[in-house]
Amino acid sequence: MARLNADNVALAERIIARYPKPRSALIPLCHLAQEQDGWLSEEAMAHIAELIDCTPAQVLGTASFYEMFKLHPVGRYCVNVCTNISCQLLGGEELLEHAEETLGVRSGGTTEDGMFTLEDVECVAACTEAPAVQVNYRYFHRLDTEAFDELISALRAGELEDSVPPHGTLAKVRQELDGDRVANITAPQDQSKPVWIERAEAAARSGGDDS
Amino acid sequence: MNAIVNRLGDSTTGSGEDVPLIVSSRFTEPAGHTLEGYRNSGSYRGYEGLRSALERSPSEVGEIVKEATLLGRGGAGFPAGVKWGFCPPDVWPRYIVVNGDESEPGTYKDRVLMERDPHQLIEGCLLAAYAIGAAQVFLYVRGEMAHAQERIAAALNEAYEANLVGRNILGSDFSVDIVLTWGAGAYIVGEETALIESLEGNRGMPRLKPPFFPAAKGLYMQPTVVNNVETLSNLPWLFEHGVNAFRETGTESSPGTRLIALSGHVNNPGVFEVAQGTTTFRDLFESPRYGAGIRNGHELKMFIPGGASAPWFFSEHLDIPLEAREVGPAGSMLGSGAVVVMDETTDAVRACLRLVRFFARESCGKCTPCREGTTWEEQILTRILEGHGRPSDIDLLTDIGDNISPGPYPVAADPGSGLEAVPFPPRQTTICPLGPSSVAPITSALRRFRSEFTDKIKRRDPIPVSSEPVPVNHAGEFDSGAAHV
Ligand SMILES: Cc1cc2nc3c(=O)[nH]c(=O)nc-3n(C[C@H](O)[C@H](O)[C@H](O)COP(=O)(O)O)c2cc1C
Ligand code: SF4
Ligand code: FES
Repeated sequence: MARLNADNVALAERIIARYPKPRSALIPLCHLAQEQDGWLSEEAMAHIAELIDCTPAQVLGTASFYEMFKLHPVGRYCVNVCTNISCQLLGGEELLEHAEETLGVRSGGTTEDGMFTLEDVECVAACTEAPAVQVNYRYFHRLDTEAFDELISALRAGELEDSVPPHGTLAKVRQELDGDRVANITAPQDQSKPVWIERAEAAARSGGDDS
Repeated sequence: MNAIVNRLGDSTTGSGEDVPLIVSSRFTEPAGHTLEGYRNSGSYRGYEGLRSALERSPSEVGEIVKEATLLGRGGAGFPAGVKWGFCPPDVWPRYIVVNGDESEPGTYKDRVLMERDPHQLIEGCLLAAYAIGAAQVFLYVRGEMAHAQERIAAALNEAYEANLVGRNILGSDFSVDIVLTWGAGAYIVGEETALIESLEGNRGMPRLKPPFFPAAKGLYMQPTVVNNVETLSNLPWLFEHGVNAFRETGTESSPGTRLIALSGHVNNPGVFEVAQGTTTFRDLFESPRYGAGIRNGHELKMFIPGGASAPWFFSEHLDIPLEAREVGPAGSMLGSGAVVVMDETTDAVRACLRLVRFFARESCGKCTPCREGTTWEEQILTRILEGHGRPSDIDLLTDIGDNISPGPYPVAADPGSGLEAVPFPPRQTTICPLGPSSVAPITSALRRFRSEFTDKIKRRDPIPVSSEPVPVNHAGEFDSGAAHV
């Protein structure tokens, strides 16, 4: 697919500015590329490398470690069924089998129409609401097989567009971190003792309790 | 369909009555996640603790946290105030990294805190940053938690707008930025040094400690405090109500409350805020406020007291309280507040395999005993379950475990055989405790339910080489009878 578009380059630059070192923006920028394209392409990784001043191989090296980065196109909806212990105890593995039948693909596969990619995943922190499913990282709790099928039909029919954005989009609200309210983001070597610590130490030295 | 979409953990409640709601008082407030809601609902007034703390010196603020004995809620239970004191004097800048990577199987509490009370966490970050003199706070949220990221982003935007974060907070000389950042799916990144690697844009592989204790050499090799979301979420209440009120709940060594995710085979699973130190597992499972009994009148077979990495407990441990000093010597740990209940219908080998498979999948691959060992453990357990186990497999499992974690592995006493408990923690040949954790379910299951393994090994369940019936000689010790006609 593609390099980051102009809007996303502007956003990327603002994200990079939040970190004392540009390389720290690597993971957020890979998410941004995935939000743009639905997956993480070589072109996008090369572009990210330019933006944070490292090599494309370093971007790939990091990205390939993390499960959420899809280095090949995936479905519009990634359906993640938790089969870890709390979900297993309440039918998570059976739900996964059922999902394979409903979608006609094995875990890891993508349906022919490009709508769904199915995965069996580790605990998604919804253990008291087992069995738990995430679709594009949005939660669906205590799903039985019927509710699962209902969910799939609703997704297919486009009824959940508002609550489940296409694969790649995570938070729909972004942190705004610009302007004169921002404190002080500089490289580690340029930072000294914070003023409030300095002030308290000076007060302690002079024996005063005026801190 | 909307019924499903809106179901954001309905069973999540506080506990009420005699236990103060220190961190969960806004879980059921519809607007508890907004600045307005944070200031006007719950068990204290939002951002008032910060206001009063800013009138004290940073070292006084640190002292209060020390006196409170606020134990870390991320797994290791180390006192937060003591940890903050480990930053070497006069090395600047210092950073705070908030661990919101919650991924230990069975654990569901940090996500609730981030989704339902993000300002509480932000105020906690500010109190910690003021005390240690942090230049910047990185709030690292697990990648898969889109809603938590949304709620925190919105709350930070509100807080910046209200001059609660950023430059000259509330008109004081205290300035700090809180940056929301997020991961991309890897359990190991919850380990504090791996978290730092990830935040530096690298693969999430742990660093060796020593020398890389975060307080000394953390983010960008600077002093860094890594604290769990729940740990920091305790601070605003503490600063509003004071140390004495905080210490009224729980015990001397484990004061305050804990969020417990109670899951598995109970009638009423949920996230509950309970008194540390005094609440017992029996209270948790049986009280109508909490678990309301083992599901449908079944019987308890075993339970995990502190997340997938914790050795298993059994019915004779029900009266042990949620107190590290009692759980540790009995052979397990409280870990991350994840209690998983399994009734007598549960197959111990299958549960064990699922836990081990998790560690095999999530091993970062840096150390050989963990990378290879967890993979072998998974393969062996799989073949036992699939009917291809060998009699030598039990010794082999024990031997692999011994290579990852030498010596007797922590395990509960077994009244049946008279074997005593081996106290926590395990030893390790690895960089981090993930590898050794994989040995926990195996050791627990083998000591208590050995016959479930041997029965499966005796059973033969070969897949025929041909769909035509073939005469097969089952007498020998072959792997797969059908192949040896
Ligand atoms: C394999 C592994 C995974 C961990 N996962 C988490 C986690 O998801 N969240 C967390 O807060 N701590 C986790 N920890 C513990 C952290 O390393 C660290 O001790 C903790 O964040 C410190 O915070 P606390 O002192 O406030 O508890 C993990 C540790 C290990 C070894
Ligand atoms: S024990 Fe496993 S997860 Fe931990 S550092 Fe070694 S290989 Fe990585
Ligand atoms: S085990 Fe499935 S969400 Fe935790």
